[in-house]
Amino acid sequence: MSHKTQVNGTVNGQSTWHRYLFTGSVIMLCLWVLVPIYLLLVNTFSAPEAVSAFPKKAFPDINTESVEFFIKYSGVAQALWSSIKVATVTMILSISLGAPAGYALSRFDFTGKETFRVLVLMTRAFPLPLLALPLAVMYIKVGLDDSVLGLALVHTMLALPFAVLITYSLFSGIPIELEEAAWTLGCNRLQAFVKVIFPLVLPGIAASAIFAFVISWNEVFAAAVLTIEHRTLPAFLLQGLGNAPLHLKFAGGAVLVLPALLFIFLVRKYLFSMWGIANR
Amino acid sequence: MYSRKLPYLLLLPSALFLCVFFLYPFVLVAWQAFVTDTGELTSEYFMEMATHWKFNTALINTLLLALAVVPFQIVLALYMATLVNGMKRGRDLILYIWTIPLGISDLAAGIIWLAIFEQTGFLNSFMQSLGFIEEPIGFLGYQNKGTIFVAIMLAEIWRATAIVLVILVAGMGLIPKEYYEAAEVFGASRWKQFTRITLPMLKPSLQTAMILRVILAFEVFAVVVALGGTNLPVLMGEIYTWQYDLRDSSVAAAYALVVLAISIGFTLLIMWGLRTPKGARV
Repeated sequence: MSHKTQVNGTVNGQSTWHRYLFTGSVIMLCLWVLVPIYLLLVNTFSAPEAVSAFPKKAFPDINTESVEFFIKYSGVAQALWSSIKVATVTMILSISLGAPAGYALSRFDFTGKETFRVLVLMTRAFPLPLLALPLAVMYIKVGLDDSVLGLALVHTMLALPFAVLITYSLFSGIPIELEEAAWTLGCNRLQAFVKVIFPLVLPGIAASAIFAFVISWNEVFAAAVLTIEHRTLPAFLLQGLGNAPLHLKFAGGAVLVLPALLFIFLVRKYLFSMWGIANR
Repeated sequence: MYSRKLPYLLLLPSALFLCVFFLYPFVLVAWQAFVTDTGELTSEYFMEMATHWKFNTALINTLLLALAVVPFQIVLALYMATLVNGMKRGRDLILYIWTIPLGISDLAAGIIWLAIFEQTGFLNSFMQSLGFIEEPIGFLGYQNKGTIFVAIMLAEIWRATAIVLVILVAGMGLIPKEYYEAAEVFGASRWKQFTRITLPMLKPSLQTAMILRVILAFEVFAVVVALGGTNLPVLMGEIYTWQYDLRDSSVAAAYALVVLAISIGFTLLIMWGLRTPKGARV
């Protein structure tokens, strides 16, 4: 932990004025993040009439009518279900493709390793949602248009680089000596992996799976371009933006935000190791 | 040999996937933009795009938004990262709160800020309760392009500063603490330590963060639709219109190449501008 010394230096021994400024900034920035989310929730839990009333109250009379209206609105249940299906397929695909690559990168030195790493990193310099355009044409030819799998494949493309880099860092964090010990005790490579390495990386793999889920859950552009009947929730909401009543938009926004917040809470421990490695 | 082939076998699925769903589609999109259905090379789609009345506005709006948002985010995230590093207690909690927007999609961010900026929204309510205004103002009306721009800017800064923060905090964790100790011994001020140690040592992270943010800024789409509808055209919005509403994937592909070109252009520019000499890496 290299910041520890800094920690003591920055706050200790400085004027009270400095400390007020410091605390004040921290609180202001917390409010900057939290207040807009709170306001969305106020609108979500207000009665439909209250959502378009003026002026607004900062504390609502809790009312679930808007949410109920949204859930029962035609197409919403189906969109929710599509979202869950696409995100689940994305999650499975990106981990099952990415984790072996991450393991190979962390355990072997071989020709072409650098090329593969560059290819993965390169994806970051490209606007990936644009992939939806050529794929839309390709999908019509192969019969994947407007399908769960078709969209999940694009979302996998968004999540795969993360899955590779995260699992790479996870496996690198486990000493190879552990595996070697298992080999000398009579395990073959697969057994050693299943019995020794896998239990150790499981929480991290779960975290990157959740991350892949969130990426897919939140994606709008490709979903809107590639689906017609099987609209995911973001694509459904996007289409309703022009003409849907306000309370429907806000309830929809909240349904979109809340699971994502929960998921990010679950993986918060891994966020920094993920981005630490994604830097290199 | 078993062990010789193993790494390639493990890489094969993801490498194949990247070829089919990353490299090939980008070739395909160029093909779509330049080649007609009958297989002739043409610049007709580009002409159609470039002469369309919305093209220039969309390009300028996209670039202006990126220019207004990204530098601000980098500075804000740097400030937040230094605050976090100067914290004795509650560091994890504060970091968690500040990274909440990571989980929020651009569409949701747009809807959240719509709650604030719409005509009967919280900003108008707040200003009325303070007595600044009598009647609610239509911030997002078609005649108020300026406030639409500001609303989109705020929503983008609100949503996507977290990703920069995470990258910078991770990067700051890699700077050896001895450097700061040495600086302290020689009596360097906080500010001097920041400009002479933190900033130069953070260059690789700043580079990553800026590339990522600029690319995402050029992709701005759902926030704009949520807050501005069609009043403030941007490139991705035009792509969506051509592809989905007008069913003309050739012109959409031409637009896509424009987004691709400015993305690659800016990536190279940032890589060059923030390059780290080989020997100076930690």
